[in-house]
Order: sequence, then C-alpha cells, then structure tokens
Amino acid sequence: MSARPVAAGLTVGQEVARRTLTVDRARLVRYAGASGDFNPIHWNERVAASVGLPGVIAHGMWTMGAAVTVVVDWAGDPGAVVDYQTRFTRPVPVPDPGEAAVEVVATVGALDADAGTVRVDLTVTVEGARVLGKAQAVVRLAAA
Amino acid sequence: MPVDTTFAGRAYPPGDVYVVSREKLREFAEATGATHPAHTDVEAARALGHPDVVAPPTFAVVIAQRTEAQYVEDPAAGIDFSRVVHADERFTHHRPIHAGDHLRTALHVDAVTQRAGLSMITTRCEIADVSGQPVATVVSTLAVRPEDDA
Repeated sequence: MSARPVAAGLTVGQEVARRTLTVDRARLVRYAGASGDFNPIHWNERVAASVGLPGVIAHGMWTMGAAVTVVVDWAGDPGAVVDYQTRFTRPVPVPDPGEAAVEVVATVGALDADAGTVRVDLTVTVEGARVLGKAQAVVRLAAA
Repeated sequence: MPVDTTFAGRAYPPGDVYVVSREKLREFAEATGATHPAHTDVEAARALGHPDVVAPPTFAVVIAQRTEAQYVEDPAAGIDFSRVVHADERFTHHRPIHAGDHLRTALHVDAVTQRAGLSMITTRCEIADVSGQPVATVVSTLAVRPEDDA
C-alpha cells in the first residue's frame, strides 16, 4: 500500500499544501525534553534578554521539524522524505501569554524523473516575514 | 577564548550505540506536531512497508546533537555557546530510521572559518547501523558571534 504522490499531475510552482502551525512556551518545553536541546534561550526570558534576544525564541529545529509535517502528510509516508534542509534566517519569538503563528506553504520546486523524486519548497513565515530560508524537502514519489 | 580553527578536519570515531525506541519517536513526533500515524502506530507503519514505526524527518537531530557535543562542549574548541546561533541544517536519509534501530554515529568537523570576527562551524554526523550500513547524514552549521558583539 502506498499513498505517495505520483509525478503525473505535478508541475513546478504548484502549491501542494498549506498549514498554520502554532507554538507556545509549553510547546518549547516539550520540544526541549523530546530533543534534548535545553538551551535556556528557548524557555527562560531572563537568559534570552541577556543575550540580546527580544525574548524567548523557538528552537530553529522545532520550526524545521514542525514545518516538514506538512510535507510528510502530503507524501503519505514519513520514509518518503529522503532529504531535508534549511537555513535559519530569523528567530521566532514566542510570547507569554499567547502563541506565535507559523505559516507554511509547500510548492513543487523541481521534478527529477530519473531519480523519481520531487523537491518541495517550503515558504515558512511569521507575520509575513520568512523565518526559514531555502527550506527544501526531497520526496520519493510512487512508481508511476 | 576564540574559536580554534585548527579543529577543522578532525574526525571522531563512532561512540556509544543509540537504540531508537517507539516511545522516544512518539515523544518527538508529539513535540513537533507530527501526526502521521506511521510515527506512532506500528500497524500503520507496516502497512507502508516499514518494519516498525518511522522517525520524523528531523528526528536524527537528537542523535546528531549528542554526537556534536563531544566537539562543541570541548573547552579547547573555544565555542561559547551563549554566542551560538544555528545557521543551517540538512538531513540526508539513506534509509528511514525505525524504532528498534541500533545506530552509531561518526562525527566530522568539516569546516571552521572566521570572517569579520564571526566564526562558522560546520559539522557532519554520519549515522550508520551496527553493521556499518549508512542510515543518515546530518550536516549542521553554527555561527558564533564575536565577543564584543552584544
């Protein structure tokens, strides 16, 4: 059984998925524990301010990991994501109380018929500003 | 103390075996909002042809950051973590990571460069199974801000 997308019907530039993710302080604590990244700038306001940040910021790796869920769900199989990269271009401040909203839009960046893969480009923004750069996931397509 | 550029090119041999557990994958999936059933439901994973539940695409960072610690936390490396910013990250999966995998990771310091006081450190983790078959490559770049930069 496979729910993987097939190359036919995909065109470069086509939007394949979009989702708004939310992140609050509790989410960051949970990610710290799950990942083992206990850098206090992700949970301690005083420490974050002392190093010149606007406040507690999300782990870049949380943003990267949360954004790719959109690709996994579209691909239909977590094992179909064979490569995933990004640059961290802007911090994501996480207010307290409240939450930050992260917009993710996935489009087809390139198709490689020989490799049987599609490159999905992610546009990831907070309040209209990009927080990830060159966020690209390579997905192995179902055999035609 | 400045970042020591002579660490570039160093390699650290594979260390302890990391055993991937279903519960750790569940915890990581929940933390990142990954709700695909193949992360947590063995039957759903097997229906896709996997031997057990499948790691999210960025789960390997858990293994990679543990491995990188032997370098970045070495006082001789001169990396002040309060001045570190994560610059970029890349995961290349040679095959999916599953619960039950026994993995060992070799660390390579691919580059340590300095420009206008900013240090850029690129590490590469080569994650393999215990027979040496490649599983994932994780490349990470950290930027270390200069000390006179608030």
